[in-house]
Amino acid sequence: MTATKPLPHPTDTSAPFWNALRERKVLIQRCGACGSWVFYPRHHCPHCLAADPTWVAVSGKGTLYAYTIARIPTLPEFADEAPQKLAVIALDEGVHINSTLVFVDEGDTVIGMRVRPIFDDRGGMTLLRFAPASYDGPTVIDAAPD
Amino acid sequence: MGLKGHAALVGAAQYRPEKYATAPKAFHLDQVADLGRRALADAGLRADQLDGLVVNGPWFHEANCFVPATVAEHLGARLNFGEVIDLGGASSVGAVWRAAAAIELGICQAVLCVIPQRMAPLGPDESPNAMARASRYGGHSTVYGAPEAEFDLPYGHMAQNTGYAMIAQRYAAIHGYDPAAMAKIVVEQRINACANPEAIFFGKQLTVDDVLASKMVADPLHVLEIVMPVAGGAAVIVANRELARHCRHRPAWVVGFGERIETKSPSYAPDMLSTPIGPASRTAFAMAGLTPADIDVAEIYDCYTITVLLTLEDAGFCAKGEGMRFLREHDLTFRGDFPLNTHGGQLGFGQAGSAGGMSQVIEAIHQLQGRAGARQLPRCDIAYVSGTGGVMSEQSALLLQGD
Repeated sequence: MTATKPLPHPTDTSAPFWNALRERKVLIQRCGACGSWVFYPRHHCPHCLAADPTWVAVSGKGTLYAYTIARIPTLPEFADEAPQKLAVIALDEGVHINSTLVFVDEGDTVIGMRVRPIFDDRGGMTLLRFAPASYDGPTVIDAAPD
Repeated sequence: MGLKGHAALVGAAQYRPEKYATAPKAFHLDQVADLGRRALADAGLRADQLDGLVVNGPWFHEANCFVPATVAEHLGARLNFGEVIDLGGASSVGAVWRAAAAIELGICQAVLCVIPQRMAPLGPDESPNAMARASRYGGHSTVYGAPEAEFDLPYGHMAQNTGYAMIAQRYAAIHGYDPAAMAKIVVEQRINACANPEAIFFGKQLTVDDVLASKMVADPLHVLEIVMPVAGGAAVIVANRELARHCRHRPAWVVGFGERIETKSPSYAPDMLSTPIGPASRTAFAMAGLTPADIDVAEIYDCYTITVLLTLEDAGFCAKGEGMRFLREHDLTFRGDFPLNTHGGQLGFGQAGSAGGMSQVIEAIHQLQGRAGARQLPRCDIAYVSGTGGVMSEQSALLLQGD
């Protein structure tokens, strides 16, 4: 049995983020009132509650803030990724993003290392994953049709 | 600011932790009545003196909403205060201070705080498999629009293990990490559990090597550093000064509390290593006019070893980054110089869902009352209790004091 991994379902609020990933761009929000960067997408700024933060294209580059190697799949359908390299990335703008690391060996994973965005097409969506900044292969993963 | 210490924990009841497969099944309403009756009897109070209730809101089996009214009706109680609590592992500590606050406001005299966590009997059309499917995402929402459904679950970020593991990895990168010191928490709490016949791991000693040789679940957390889920449930009674004076045991006065809620996923915390128990504990100590040095026993929420480490630091028992050394330098057993989780902690006692934190509250009561059996401390007048929900998502602290 092939279990289906949960996929994101964009809302009116988040659609610009997901649409941009499909175009190989990283778009996050910035508050027009206080200047804070915002992630995940919201209709307000979680620092000052001002409405309607602005979408801004960023590099998608950042550093590895935290990670773990999950030796037991967090859900059975993630068994094909075992061991999962779950990570929190701090983008250069400061916001934290839950993701996974790709194109890196366990032994080379170091908190604080520089990372770059990888665009993972699957199920009609594009997920944002991260590879070490030194990785120089393709930046798009085209998963088998699912 | 805060409580004046006019409300006390006066009675408690707790089911022995048991494996789900073999534990008795009972409706939550019946567990509430059973635990409530036992806790009132322990206090020496009558059912008609009860006029307040704090009960878990989520996962209450026979009511999705209107939980206090459903419980009041079932108990035949007349409540002046009905509250649901939704703070995961912090629910027990959170329930106690809410009860104490209601009492100090003068709106009620005796409050039942109760969290039933035995499974309910299956209905004729219900299958265990269907129930398992329904709960496979645990405390995560998968509904359209839920941020975690959109930004966490698609990447496999799910449940507690990996969140706590990521925090521990970051701790290791910033402050360094001593796996043997972390294992020592488990081992010394197990010594305490072996002095507690109620504990799930009573009679099962462990060594540091056993912990470090156990399966790695998510780096750096071994399976023996993670609580075992058990069926159980517990209740405590908080009463006002007039009632407490006539109760059977020494009242455990609620002299301080604090609470802090910031993020659901620790990934979005600005600093993963500065946990909400810090501000919660500072509030509690200031309210009580006490300091960490005044504490006779620390009952620290221990879903994982890393939770204990960060609570020791953030609550002020040692400085940030000094936790590993603190663990190495102190004997954490009930015979030691820093008695920690004297009932075995949840790592040794078992974690009965969101009632797990009740084990810490109840152990503090029993130590203050001098009723902790073989593990009783020679002197115990002031106890610190912490509660942690989610992944350092919501944390509460409590300070209890005997006369």
